[in-house]
Amino acid sequence: MNKIWLIIRREYITRVRKKSFIVTTLLIPIMMFGLITLFVYMAIKSEEKQKIIVYDESGIFENQLDTTQESYTVLYEKIKPGETNSAFIERNDADIYLHIFPFVNNAPDSVHIYKEGGVSLSAKGFITDQLDNIYQIKQLQDAGINKTQIDSIQNSSINVKSFDLKDNKETNSEIASSIGYFMGFLIYMVIFIYGAGVMRGVMEEKTNRIAEVIISSVKPFQLMMGKIIGIALVGLTQFMMWIGLMLILQLLLPFLIPGLGDVLHGGASMTPEMQQQMNAMGTGENMGMIQSLMNQNWGLILGCFLFYFLGGYFLYASMFAAVGSLVNEDPQEAQQLTIPITMPIILGFIIMATSVKDPNSSLSVFGSLFPLTSPIVMLARIPYGVPLWQLLLSMTLLIAGFLFMTWLSAKIYRTGILLYGKKITWKEVYKWIRYS
Amino acid sequence: MYFSISNDISIMLRLEHLKKYYATQKAVDDISLHIKKGTIYGLLGPNGAGKSSLLRMVTGITLPDEGKIIFDGQPFNANIHSINIGYMPEERGLYKKMKIGEQILYLAQLKGLSKIEAMQKINYWFKKMDMHSWWNKKVEDLSKGMSQKLQFVTTVIHNPKLLILDEPFSGLDPVNSEIIKQEIYALAHTGTTILFSTHRMEQVEEICQEIALINQGKVILQGNVADVKNQFKRNQYKLVIDQALQGFEQQVVSNNDFEYVLQFSTPNESKALLNHCLQHNYHIQTFQEILPSLNEIFIQQVEGTTASRQFTN
Repeated sequence: MNKIWLIIRREYITRVRKKSFIVTTLLIPIMMFGLITLFVYMAIKSEEKQKIIVYDESGIFENQLDTTQESYTVLYEKIKPGETNSAFIERNDADIYLHIFPFVNNAPDSVHIYKEGGVSLSAKGFITDQLDNIYQIKQLQDAGINKTQIDSIQNSSINVKSFDLKDNKETNSEIASSIGYFMGFLIYMVIFIYGAGVMRGVMEEKTNRIAEVIISSVKPFQLMMGKIIGIALVGLTQFMMWIGLMLILQLLLPFLIPGLGDVLHGGASMTPEMQQQMNAMGTGENMGMIQSLMNQNWGLILGCFLFYFLGGYFLYASMFAAVGSLVNEDPQEAQQLTIPITMPIILGFIIMATSVKDPNSSLSVFGSLFPLTSPIVMLARIPYGVPLWQLLLSMTLLIAGFLFMTWLSAKIYRTGILLYGKKITWKEVYKWIRYS
Repeated sequence: MYFSISNDISIMLRLEHLKKYYATQKAVDDISLHIKKGTIYGLLGPNGAGKSSLLRMVTGITLPDEGKIIFDGQPFNANIHSINIGYMPEERGLYKKMKIGEQILYLAQLKGLSKIEAMQKINYWFKKMDMHSWWNKKVEDLSKGMSQKLQFVTTVIHNPKLLILDEPFSGLDPVNSEIIKQEIYALAHTGTTILFSTHRMEQVEEICQEIALINQGKVILQGNVADVKNQFKRNQYKLVIDQALQGFEQQVVSNNDFEYVLQFSTPNESKALLNHCLQHNYHIQTFQEILPSLNEIFIQQVEGTTASRQFTN
């Protein structure tokens, strides 16, 4: 036990001290934080205010466009005879020229938007929405419906809520699927990154010929497990650091983007546009999302994440170690030999992608029980709620799979690690397993 | 069982009918050896004879298919006895990117030394081998000769009772070869048993007290170096005198100036030659029995097998 501890410590310390570890541990949260900040900033600030100059020949839209929101100011003006479009924009110091032609037979004939370098999608969307809305109201009014009635029609929206049949808790499939996808993806990445780390470590020991020296002091199994556990601890350390750094960085967010706190807390500075958006989304949709996030069984999700993270890692790490022990100097050989391992991981990822949409299909259920795919697929199903028997069966199978794979890999590893300079085929490996 | 655990305390390592078969060949095919404490024991044989397979079993890296290993009077158990064994494999290596000091400390601790003990031993060897300045260097910064010296130190750092060296001199330059050789003598002098394999006969003749020749997984010859040589002597004598030898024309095989090689059919005939020289009042510069070199003996022994070619180079 003492010796495996020494091995774990060496694996851990040499990796944690590496420059690449320190750089990725610090840089990834900063980069993620930077991206999030950028998104939040863009969402709040949006574009610079643009001035729209409207020449309305129809007379329907005059003074009707919404002038209360942040991104655009609107000005109504007539173009002079003989004046070019660009001269017209320039004269009014505007960015966008909206030309509405006269309507024939009360049907919209045509509307043109001019802007230097083309009209942006958001500007076009804004104008189209506004014009549609104004024109619809006009048509409704023409049909004899009064202004109050129109307002009440416009503000009505049907609010659909979904519930879990089992406990009548409100569910939100968008949230469930994003949580599931994120967790599944994370495990997929972890298996690949740290599994490959185990493989490279084993290859290093084999090609440096140190394995035989170490194995004269400890059992091959101890060396293999020491490396696997050491790297698992490195991974956990990295995760902890990431979470810690992200928490610290997000405290800085209000200082970087003033006014954000008010927005988040629904303060007075909420812009009319946002209010309107909230109204459009239906009463208290945001509250519903937060409620739904709270309703998630986070204890279960995080507990399962930890279990499947470790289970999946250990299952695959021992396989990666076995493959590493088979490789000689040639890295291309490693690529070929890893195919039997990468296939089930990728398969798991593909099943996971369908599971976030359809968590109870037979494929999803199979994927979440089969030990080689369950660490990825089950995580995608958990936010939707999984029957207890399936969860327990999946966990049992994963533990059994992990024990079996470790046993199998140890057999391959202890022979492979001492075999130099010979290309090893799977047929030979099969013999080692059978006869050793 | 037909053998019993020996209580002979002078035996360090006793191998009883060891066998290791691989799918394609019998790597070790019924080998029995006794290695006395404090001896330098040479395991000889051509490449592929089974030397490394045998050593790997003795270090506990692999398990024998059949047979027993008795280590210092006890049935061999790698978990207990690996502390008492130092092993330098033929394929050598260390962690390239790890600091040398930390690396030796790690390897010593894996052998069961406490940190304090290990540090004492490291200081002793660093001083002895003139390696003080190496602690913070990495293996990749060392020259080949330096890293071989380091490898040897890592092998003996825990004062093993049994030191197993697989081809210790392969790839060593003469200077380092000599250093390692002197260390082997010194360790043997303090009671360490040394078992090493090689296919270079001249080293064996120089260093070893006892030898075993292995070919195709079997022991062909074993015993004290002098005994083995005597066993294969051919009653050839070398005589150097200051004038032409009268008589013994029948026995003279070759002659160069006054240097003669004579072939007798029995050892007693050599006495007749000596008497003859004394009677004729020759000035005898050299009179010596010509013993075959181990190389010659082994070529003769493995002749006809696929391995014989490797000895003749």
